[in-house]
Parts: sequence; C-alpha cells; structure tokens
Amino acid sequence: MSKHNPAPSINIRRSSLGRARGLGAAKTGSAHWWAERLTSVALLPLVLYFVVSVLVLKGADHAAMVAYMAEPWNTVLYIALIAALFYHLDMGMQVVIEDYVRTDVIRITVLLVVKAGIALLALACLISVLKLAFS
Amino acid sequence: MAEFTLPANSKIGEGKTYKASGATRIKEFKVYRWNPDDGKNPVMDTYEVDLDKCGPMVLDAIIKIKNEIDASLTFRRSCREGICGSCAMNIDGTNTLACLKPIDEVKGAVKITPLPHMPVVKDLVPDLNQPYAQLRSIEPWLQADSAPPPDAERLQSKEERAEIDGLWECILCFCCSTACPSYWWNGDRYLGPAVLLQAYRWIADSRDEATGKRLDALEDPFKLYRCHTIMNCTQTCPKGLNPAKAIGKIKQLMLERQG
Repeated sequence: MSKHNPAPSINIRRSSLGRARGLGAAKTGSAHWWAERLTSVALLPLVLYFVVSVLVLKGADHAAMVAYMAEPWNTVLYIALIAALFYHLDMGMQVVIEDYVRTDVIRITVLLVVKAGIALLALACLISVLKLAFS
Repeated sequence: MAEFTLPANSKIGEGKTYKASGATRIKEFKVYRWNPDDGKNPVMDTYEVDLDKCGPMVLDAIIKIKNEIDASLTFRRSCREGICGSCAMNIDGTNTLACLKPIDEVKGAVKITPLPHMPVVKDLVPDLNQPYAQLRSIEPWLQADSAPPPDAERLQSKEERAEIDGLWECILCFCCSTACPSYWWNGDRYLGPAVLLQAYRWIADSRDEATGKRLDALEDPFKLYRCHTIMNCTQTCPKGLNPAKAIGKIKQLMLERQG
C-alpha cells in the first residue's frame, strides 16, 4: 500500500450478519408511512379549498376577511388544513433528514430544530385562525 | 451526510488507450480500473475492440479484452446467459448483466464501471458482503412448523404457485439494490430492493408458515420504510422483475394485519 494514498482505515471485526441484523426491527414504521399517505390524500381537497378561498377573498377588506373566517365551516376547514399540512410536513421532513444526515448528533439536533420550528409555525397559524374566528 | 461526490482517493482519472489495428468496425470500451495494490486512484482505460471478431454482448467484448488485449482486467462472470448474476456491472449508465447487454444497444463508447456505491475489490469486482449478509438476515428459506406429508412434498395449488411468479426468477445480481439512492445513502440499515423482494418471495409462498414473523422482522423505519418508491430497481432489473411492486405488497400486508 502506498504511503501517499492510504485506503480508508477500517477496524470492524463484527460479522457481516451481525451488522446486517443491527439493532433488530424497531417494530414501528407502518403507522408513520400510512399517516403520510392519509395526510397527502386529505391535502388534495383541502389545498383546493384553500386556493378557492384565496380567490374568493381577492380584494376583500379586513371586515370581509374577518367575517369569512368566522364562518364555522371556514374555521373548521382552515384548522383541518393546518393540521394536515403541518403533520404531513413534520413527517416528510423527518424522513428527508433521516435519509441524508448520517451523523447521530447532527441528525438528532437538526430533527429537533426542524420539528420545533414546524410546531411553532403550526401553532402560529392555528392561533391566527382562532383569533379571526372568535374576534 | 449522504455522499454526493467521490472521496479523494476514489476520483477517477484518465487511463491508457489500447488501439486496435487493421480493424474496420471498431468500438471503444471505456473501463473502470482500480488496483488495490498500487496505491493509485482509479482510472478509465480505453480499449478498441474489433466488432467483426467479437461476440454480440458486452461480456463477449470484455472477455475478448482480457484474453487478447489486457489480461489484468478483472471482473466476475460465469454462466454468460443471465442466470448466475455474476457479471452485474454498470454499462452505459445503467446497472445490468454484461452477458445480456447487446453492444449495439450502446451509442458511442461503451462506458463500464462497477455496481455503484459498493466497495471495490478490484476493477469491476464489487464487494457484496453487505447485501449477502442482509439476504441471510431475512432467512430466505422455507419455514414451517407443520411436518411435510411423510410420503410426498408440500403441495401448492396452481394459484398458490402463481403467487411467487415474478419473485422466484430473481438471481441476486444486486443490480436493483445498487441502483437505489436510498440504498446508497442508508445501505447499512435499509435492506434494499433485492433483499426485500426475496423477503416477499417467502411471505408470498403458501407453504411458508412464518409470515407474521417475517413481517415483524421488517417492521422498521429503515429496514423496509427507506423505500420511497423511486423505482430505479424496477427500471434497471435485467430480468424484468418488479422489486418495487414486491415492496409495495409488503407495505400493504403491514397495514392489512392492523385491521
């Protein structure tokens, strides 16, 4: 082996099978996967509703906006949209981060920061809708 | 982080060119060369092959190169008819079996590299210890507590037998697993399409009685659920199988048993 271009040093004596089995199956994963699918299906009509409501409110003044959001159906659909959207975002971002960030410490840190950010955004949206609904 | 570029000691340089003289139909083969003993970075060597004196498949060409031009070229091959899975490699940007890939399907120079993202032993020989061990981890053999009939084999109806069509044909060449980005980034924990297709092959077998245990062993965010339905596996399979569909069936069964 040349001194100038050494092969990466490898010091693993554990058998290939031992490494393949690893820590065993976590006995979880299906619920996460299914919830991702369900929320994406739910988001189809909810996003459509959101687009329609934005078009309906185009050019509306503040009073009209408040009146629209105070309609019970609109409040319910907006809260449903926020719940489905941020739940889906949270699960999707978790998978992306798990895919691409390998180092444990960095992965856990990034996951916590991103999840906290998503939770705060979701709460901010939720409170906004509630404030409009009960103003 | 996931590796989007090659590490410094894997960067590929230009290699030697071996000219063919006195030939009219010449095809260039650019082949990945790396020798663990010389301490140098890998290179792409160029070989000119006279197609008038060569068989139709890419494997014929690299055997000709080894026999007549450069005996140091190292690759695996055995059956030369697509049933052993030894000559899996990346040809013209797609993982396939060299023995099933016609040379005339490739426009311009034929670029050949080892299966992607596996450690290289030498030249076109990848180290497949990890996928082999993963295959062993899913226990790819018939498991049944009922004793077989004393004077006969375990029987299947024609319909039951048809359930494993498209699964038993897999020859474990690992073209699919090494084409899967999820397997590239997380191959140490994700089992990969080839091994999951094998897992489903036993789940779908009517004679096997360990279905629940097999599903338990796959219920994991990494072992199974790193599959994001990218479908490179199905697109690249040189046997025309559909590992993505087999993985989809496993996910379906995971839900089915929950209610």
